[in-house]
Amino acid sequence: MEHVAHDASDFSRLAEVGEMELYHPKTFIGKYIWSQDAKVIAIQYSITAIGVGLVALVLSWLMRLQLGFPHVFSFIEPSNYLQFVTMHGMIMVVYLLTALFLGGFGNYLIPLMVGARDMVFPYVNMLSYWIYLFAVVLLMASFFVPGGPTGAGWTIYPPQAILKGTPGATWGIILMLVSLIFFIIGFTMGGLNYVVTVLQARTRGMTLMRLPLTIWGIFTATLLALLAFPALLVSCIMMLLDLLLGTSFFMPAIVSLGEQSAHSGGSPVLFQHLFWFFGHPEVYIVALPAFGIVSDLLSVHARKNIFGYRMMVWAILIIGGLSFVVWAHHMYVSGMNPYFGFFFATTTLIIAVPTAIKVYNWILTLWHGNIHLTTPMLFAIGFIFTFLHGGLTGLFLGNVTVDLPLSDTMFVVAHFHMVMAIAPVMVVMGAIYHWYPKITGRMLDNSLGKIHFWFTFLGSFAIYLPMHYLGFLGVPRRYYAVENIDFIPQSAHSLNAAITIAALIVGAAQMFFLYNLVWSYFRGKPSGANPWNATTLEWQTAETPPQHGNFGDELPVVYRWAYDYSVPGAEQDFIPQNVAPRDVVPSNDKK
Amino acid sequence: MSMFDQLIQKPWEIDQSKIDDLYVGAGSPGVRKKVALRVFLAVVAVFFTLLLTAYGGRMVYEDWRPAPQIGLLWANTFLLILSSVAMQWAQYSVRREKMDAMRVGLLAGGAFTLVFLFGQFLAWRQLAMMVSFDVTNPAIGFFYMITGLHGLHLLGGLVAWGRTVLKVWGEFEVATVRQGVELCTTYWHFLLLVWLVLFGLLFTGNNLDLLLKLCGIR
Repeated sequence: MEHVAHDASDFSRLAEVGEMELYHPKTFIGKYIWSQDAKVIAIQYSITAIGVGLVALVLSWLMRLQLGFPHVFSFIEPSNYLQFVTMHGMIMVVYLLTALFLGGFGNYLIPLMVGARDMVFPYVNMLSYWIYLFAVVLLMASFFVPGGPTGAGWTIYPPQAILKGTPGATWGIILMLVSLIFFIIGFTMGGLNYVVTVLQARTRGMTLMRLPLTIWGIFTATLLALLAFPALLVSCIMMLLDLLLGTSFFMPAIVSLGEQSAHSGGSPVLFQHLFWFFGHPEVYIVALPAFGIVSDLLSVHARKNIFGYRMMVWAILIIGGLSFVVWAHHMYVSGMNPYFGFFFATTTLIIAVPTAIKVYNWILTLWHGNIHLTTPMLFAIGFIFTFLHGGLTGLFLGNVTVDLPLSDTMFVVAHFHMVMAIAPVMVVMGAIYHWYPKITGRMLDNSLGKIHFWFTFLGSFAIYLPMHYLGFLGVPRRYYAVENIDFIPQSAHSLNAAITIAALIVGAAQMFFLYNLVWSYFRGKPSGANPWNATTLEWQTAETPPQHGNFGDELPVVYRWAYDYSVPGAEQDFIPQNVAPRDVVPSNDKK
Repeated sequence: MSMFDQLIQKPWEIDQSKIDDLYVGAGSPGVRKKVALRVFLAVVAVFFTLLLTAYGGRMVYEDWRPAPQIGLLWANTFLLILSSVAMQWAQYSVRREKMDAMRVGLLAGGAFTLVFLFGQFLAWRQLAMMVSFDVTNPAIGFFYMITGLHGLHLLGGLVAWGRTVLKVWGEFEVATVRQGVELCTTYWHFLLLVWLVLFGLLFTGNNLDLLLKLCGIR
């Protein structure tokens, strides 16, 4: 790596970079409410997403209380249980994780990491947030309408989603569908910003292959979302028309509760295809930003360049591409041509190859690294464990013959929670501990952070490891009560109670995190500009937190990739991306 | 440099570093808007492709009942072609700084589009009054939904068109107007293409059926 400190005379004269016109707000409302600054929008997105995520967390506690201690909590009716399941799933997947990774981290990190003053279309970016907030309000409103929120499951499969007998089959499902439509419109506005900013607003010297992997992850996930959300949009529109205008896109002729419905000729399986054409890429919309962020966390806190940068970029792109051709592995039990099952099982297994490459590269990044077990690093390493665990059980479920007996059991719940709930949340937490100092200028408390990590990490395994076993026993998911069933032994009920206790403890442990966020904002140790000695541009801003316009009078010029850690011949163990070769301080041996 | 060429670079190597240092940075606001429109058009293309696929997916079932054909759609299609030609004329004119011709082209493009939308509305009414109208027939549902969504996209385009029209009177900056006209023209051509595919495959007979049979799906 000695080449990094090459002679400045090698440089050709660089062209001037185009500046963008920024909107400068003068009032408090313009600055913090109707803000067009991506950093403020990011915080707005994050607070809203975490707020609605806490609602979903409470719903999961209620579900677990019912499962662990049936009949103790009389206020949880069977219909309530189904509503909790549905709202928990939809909120966590779409309104929390998608919004937080892309709207939150995307907005904060893209302009700063690519060296731009802001997103390219700040006004549209602002609209994106307010439409997202409107979508959240609509969704939350469904708790207060007659019949309550929909209880159709997060997959909102027709025909049951809109048939009488399913909780929230009138107002609840309408609000869910309309909320999703607004979410998608809002996201598309934001997504166009993220993509164009990465493609067209990078600063001098910031080539695509000098981008940090965080940006690659968010960029590719945004592309996936832009191309996958239309499938959800189409299915929401079609289901709304079935519900409100009496069309029969998805609704077959059906007798429900003794009544012949007015529908005829619809295909519920068509909905499933559309839904999962969105639903599977959605897994990677959540996972790819996590992959990118965790790569950067590991590299910074192991003081070592990421292993196999090019392979990591390619893997992100290949995973993104493959994620569009695996959707029907969610539908093995819906009935399909056996050749289709073979095709989708094969593509599902193939996607494990680039994913495995990433896991190996993360481990090889740690190998012989100068590992600092900071809180962000603990969460990053925790992610590797949880993701690996959830990924491997995914290989089981990707096979048709293994999936059929395990489908709709607790094994599936355990699998997808490990791979796309706990693993990305580990990264969210690690990322917040990592970037909080830049956002607020103060460090989060380390001791509280470590308590938070260990409760969350060990607690997650306490919840989900035994859940796999319940799945093997055949314990079904989405059931309000599983008592008096011959094949479910008493030990399974005891296990359910233990899982509930673990879930409550893990949930309660998140209060350490929330307390830490608030306490550190006022009392945390001042962080300085670059507390982790990181190389990427967001740590090189003139002020911390960065002000409107991000970089003071002049935009940074990039001279190197994002991973110059522990470079031989340099005095410090990191060289920021904007340090020219002539400005690299040589180590004492060379002076 | 192609995307593929960029992706095989090794950014940590000294020779590559010298090349990377030459990257000049951000594109102009005009280029950004063009790129944004292209990305948006890709999203819209996926949206309509999914609708088309859903139509085809439903069509393969045995109980499929085709929707009656409506002759008025041919006239509407002709109007949409005219609107696209008028927008192209506006783009041609603004590039040669013939502002009067550009105004005529722009206004004609919008006017033809409005008439097209009115024609689509009449087609809706015609179908609704037919004896064979049955809201539970998926083919009829698809007709209303797909034409409606295509119309909504045109209405959105008319908002952008309206903003451009407001700029072309009095004193104005040619470059800004030129860009507005170019973006509108691209959008109009794209929506014409989408309509021609939808019209050709879905609303002029059993063409999608033929295509599916050719592909061995039906």
